[in-house]
Amino acid sequence: MKKKYLSWLFFSLTLLAALIIAVIYSVSVGEVKISISDIPSILSSGDGMDYFILTKIRIPRVILAIAVGGSLGLTGAILQGIYRNPLVEPYTLGISGGASMGVTLVVIFGLYDAGMYALPLAGFVGALLTIFLVYTLGMKRGNLDINRMLLIGVMISFVTSSIIMFLMSVSTTDKLHGIVFWVMGSLDEPNTNLIRVIISISIIGLIASYLFARPLNALQLGQAKATHLGINASTSIQILFVIASLMAGACVSVAGVIGFVGLIIPHMARQIVGTDYRILLLSSFLGGGLFLVLSDIIARTIIAPSELPIGVITGMVGGVVFMVVLSNIRRKSKLS
Amino acid sequence: MDNFIKIDNLSCGYAGAFSLGNINFTLPKGTFAGIIGPNGSGKTTLFRGIAGDIPLKSGSVNLNDANLSHLTNKQRAQKMAIVSQFPDIGDLTVEDYILLGRLPYRKPFQFFESEDDYSIAEKYMRLTNTYHLKDKPMRQLSGGEQQLAAIAQALTQEPELLLLDEPTSHLDITHQVQVLNLLQRLNHEMGLTVLMIIHDLNLASEYCDYLLMMKNGNLHCQGTPFDVLTYQNIEQVYGTLVITQINPNSGKPAVFLVSERMRQKVNQQNG
Repeated sequence: MKKKYLSWLFFSLTLLAALIIAVIYSVSVGEVKISISDIPSILSSGDGMDYFILTKIRIPRVILAIAVGGSLGLTGAILQGIYRNPLVEPYTLGISGGASMGVTLVVIFGLYDAGMYALPLAGFVGALLTIFLVYTLGMKRGNLDINRMLLIGVMISFVTSSIIMFLMSVSTTDKLHGIVFWVMGSLDEPNTNLIRVIISISIIGLIASYLFARPLNALQLGQAKATHLGINASTSIQILFVIASLMAGACVSVAGVIGFVGLIIPHMARQIVGTDYRILLLSSFLGGGLFLVLSDIIARTIIAPSELPIGVITGMVGGVVFMVVLSNIRRKSKLS
Repeated sequence: MDNFIKIDNLSCGYAGAFSLGNINFTLPKGTFAGIIGPNGSGKTTLFRGIAGDIPLKSGSVNLNDANLSHLTNKQRAQKMAIVSQFPDIGDLTVEDYILLGRLPYRKPFQFFESEDDYSIAEKYMRLTNTYHLKDKPMRQLSGGEQQLAAIAQALTQEPELLLLDEPTSHLDITHQVQVLNLLQRLNHEMGLTVLMIIHDLNLASEYCDYLLMMKNGNLHCQGTPFDVLTYQNIEQVYGTLVITQINPNSGKPAVFLVSERMRQKVNQQNG
């Protein structure tokens, strides 16, 4: 076995271990402190207040954090790969804009009471419409034009955010609150069915993306070179785009707009393990999950008993950590 | 084997813009061929048509009697390797970059490179003199070294035909000769058929045994350097006055440019 593969294995196991530790810590902290050593006995006891808190509130929440964080990290890695642009993330392409607009419309027209699926469904429909628009307008004479798609995505982002601002400016205060609350993102999801859906989507997405690790690696050298290396580049890009945007759309419609995970996690993973997608996809997934679990711990504890919106933490902590990492790398490369 | 490459009535181009006339030529296996011609004469368009980068309007490209457009990308990548003028290098180390050349041979669901892939990559890194660079990032290599690594990657595809787009245009003479000597060696020792676009007529004459001269999207003439590199042909195609003589050392034609002042001097002496 080559040294490279061993280091991949080592890094994946390290990330996995860190994730497990973060999960255990995450379910123990909160308004009601639960000692880590008590967790196994509480779970096996099967009832009581602590059992309820663990199984109905904290464990579903941490699972949602892993699924959403993992999906966002993975979609970021995929999209940066097919667009060959380090600034692309799930939200650059207008997917979150479309989802937010769907939700805003539902809130404004008072369809809020149509059931607990109304908001996520509206978000997902909005995301799907955006994906459809970006995809079809990005096609040029039957060929997918990557740069054109990117520009259209950015434009849709701008248009939807303007429409949302307009709708907010003409809506009443209580509705305004609902919109803002949703847009800020939250991992507080009482519906376990939705959590199951998101878990399934994230795992299917991870497996599906691995079927395209080879095209993603070849695409690092550009679409033409990938074709010369025997890859069906255009088809691969189209399928990857659909996989990534469906995952991102599903995440946004359940957890709201949680920015930055999809941008910085693939970057950091790349700095550590290199650009080979065979390890990058898994590390972005695990790293995204870990990052969101940690951010959620901070969001829940920093001003306890109140809770900060998770998007605030991911943006601030993520941004600062990212800048520190980046400047360290600069310094190191200057010394060597 | 005489029709190893057969270009049959090929025409391709860009919608509403430049388009090639019908191009016909055949090359036997083991040829070292060069495409020459002025800027805008269609060299790159022809190259892209053969490489499969742009759809053909008509005609076909055949390799060993197999029509390339009937093959899958993967099958094509096992027969033909392409080195573009400015290869994209990504953020890869030299070894990882070169190993990508083994992609056409990866089996379905094969996740890791095989021992074979590594030994083939090593063989061609040694052959192209890039083995000592294998752990360096591609970005830190000089232009000449990058070109050698790109050729090594193409060789790991174990192709029958190697296509190169101006492999020496941005290199100094040391690296120009290094790259062309390498291609010559591959051509002689491994019987690899080479087809390259080349700007420098003297290098074309020195290294190629067959030349294709393009003008305005058509093949103006083809043949050995002796047949093609005559001052009449060059004047017709490039619109430039030159003198051609035989290089006393290699016995190949050499092209000399004529400056304005030299022409006046010669005219005065004659007149």
